[in-house]
Amino acid sequence: MRGQRILTLAVLGAALFARAAAAADDLPRWSFDGVFGSYDRAAAKRGFQVYHDVCSACHSLNLVYYRNLQQIGFTEDEVKAFAAEKQVNDGPNDQGEMYQRPGRPSDHIVPPFANEQQARMANNGALPPDLSVITKARKGGPDYIYSVLTGFVDAPEGVKVPDGMFYNTAFPGHAIAMPPPLVDGAVTFADGTNATVPQMAADVVVFLNWAAEPELEARKKLGVQVLIFLVLLTAMLYAVKRKVWSALH
Amino acid sequence: MPAPAAVPPPENAVVRWIEERLPIFGFVKHHLRDYPTPRNLNYLWNFGSIAGVMLVVMIVTGVLLAMQYTANVNMAFDSVERIMRDVNYGWLLRYLHMNGGSFFFIAVYIHLFRGLYYGSYKAPREILWWLGLIILLLMMATAFMGYVLPWGQMSYWAATVITNLFSAIPWVGDSIVTWLWGGFSVDNPTLNRFYALHYLLPFVIFAVVFVHLWALHTVKSNNPLGVEPKGKQDTIPFHPYYTAKDFFGFGMFFIVYLGVVFFAPNLFSEPDNYIQANPMVTPPHIVPEWYFLPYYAILRSIPDKLLGVIAMFGSILVLFVLPWLDRSPIKSGRFRPIFKQLFWLFVVDCVVLGWVGKNSPDAILRISDTVGVPFLVIGRIATAYYFGHLLVLLPLIAAIEKPKPLPDSISAASGGKG
Repeated sequence: MRGQRILTLAVLGAALFARAAAAADDLPRWSFDGVFGSYDRAAAKRGFQVYHDVCSACHSLNLVYYRNLQQIGFTEDEVKAFAAEKQVNDGPNDQGEMYQRPGRPSDHIVPPFANEQQARMANNGALPPDLSVITKARKGGPDYIYSVLTGFVDAPEGVKVPDGMFYNTAFPGHAIAMPPPLVDGAVTFADGTNATVPQMAADVVVFLNWAAEPELEARKKLGVQVLIFLVLLTAMLYAVKRKVWSALH
Repeated sequence: MPAPAAVPPPENAVVRWIEERLPIFGFVKHHLRDYPTPRNLNYLWNFGSIAGVMLVVMIVTGVLLAMQYTANVNMAFDSVERIMRDVNYGWLLRYLHMNGGSFFFIAVYIHLFRGLYYGSYKAPREILWWLGLIILLLMMATAFMGYVLPWGQMSYWAATVITNLFSAIPWVGDSIVTWLWGGFSVDNPTLNRFYALHYLLPFVIFAVVFVHLWALHTVKSNNPLGVEPKGKQDTIPFHPYYTAKDFFGFGMFFIVYLGVVFFAPNLFSEPDNYIQANPMVTPPHIVPEWYFLPYYAILRSIPDKLLGVIAMFGSILVLFVLPWLDRSPIKSGRFRPIFKQLFWLFVVDCVVLGWVGKNSPDAILRISDTVGVPFLVIGRIATAYYFGHLLVLLPLIAAIEKPKPLPDSISAASGGKG
């Protein structure tokens, strides 16, 4: 009876695992998946370059500070240079006036638009979402973002896509307001990697997942330690229980 | 609690001085050490103490989170993200708390179904049972209001849907909803009062848990045989036997709980809640947290709003009269062949309700290309069975069932073994 139950559970588990493995066929394998997952620094840096050169024209990244970029391997000077590209409103100064100054590492990444209205005005009425937690905010997470970025194709025959919209295989409803953002060679990677659409999409997903879960590496590292400790502790607690109860049995 | 049995005066002068003024040492000895516990409790009896530990985890992590959280519609979402990013180990606190809610419910639901199977609601434990149900209702209110605090899309729309249920009350419904909101929609006043209540209610739960334990220590624990202990040979002191067993249980439970916290922290959550609340955009599917899904399915399976709300709350309230619906004198399902079968059907029914609650009511379960069953129909059948089981089948089984013979006593059944 018990053996049967364990067998059923094992079969169910195997089936689920097989399904997950099958679904991942044409998707990249993410370096941050799994118990020991971590961010591929080179991919994350390339991904930032994709965000910087392409996405940031429309999408904000409000929850990330420039200084955070050092986490994925940019040097302090590189971070200062990224921040200084943008002007930030500051003030008031001694004369009581607001002024513009170049960005600093302690600033949030400067958004492309001042407010929602301006963003909609510039984007045909659509609002490009903030990307800070985008991989956590969509069903399917990183796989979904990758699929949207690589999912732009010509609409199948008979499907009418509204004006100003684009056909996308992954987007719910298939009509997306975002024009295909990536074309081969859109970015010239500093490390010489060939900038194909799948390459750029995979890299920017690594970067965006880091933006959404900057704690991931610390979390998994601590998790392994905590679970090893807990398993040992629980085994000892079981031994204690057996010992205490042996007087009764 | 009942006065502890007379304990010989402690030898240590300081201890004696305290004990004469406040008999705290006698109290601890009486309730945590000597408390006579049936010797045959199985591992399902671990979940009460596990739920207690989860309550403490929730209060501790919750108080620490409250030191960083900002209850304002413009800042709440970002303040939670700031906790996740910029507060030392803030991500850990937040994920412990967020998943702790789910695991608290897992422990409490197992605890509750254990009580259902072994007849722990029957005399003399009716008030103990009621107190447990009151704790469950308080937990549900607390969990619901806590879910609103991160001010994501699901937070906002769950708050809107659930508070709107009160508008089903005849005549005064709309006024009550306006009063609950503190305005004409879910907004800053709503968030503020939910925060205040979310901080308050756990301490109320803590107090009711104390009364729950008071009642428990008065009527003593039920056991898998449902035969009350007949003497010293049937019981063992709580310490060291059940302290040792409970601590092993905590270890096992925490392996699973922390496994989720560290490796799948968003397992139970809706991606939409990582989108800041937007009153202008309704999410395509508004779903509550998993532990509310069965009630949500019951609500939606009734075509009339008021009746739906009554059925939803009734699904818990009906459990208060369970001791009088199930009149069988036999407590444990082990000795009740028909009850046992239907108990498992009831468990499956609750899972089915949860599954229906997760799906949109107009979704259709495809069996083949041409045949499909609308989830609404499944939900209606499952709702009918839920109430039918409790209100019709339980009284009926009690009347017609021929129970298996009960053992004379706990020690007789185990042949002197634990």
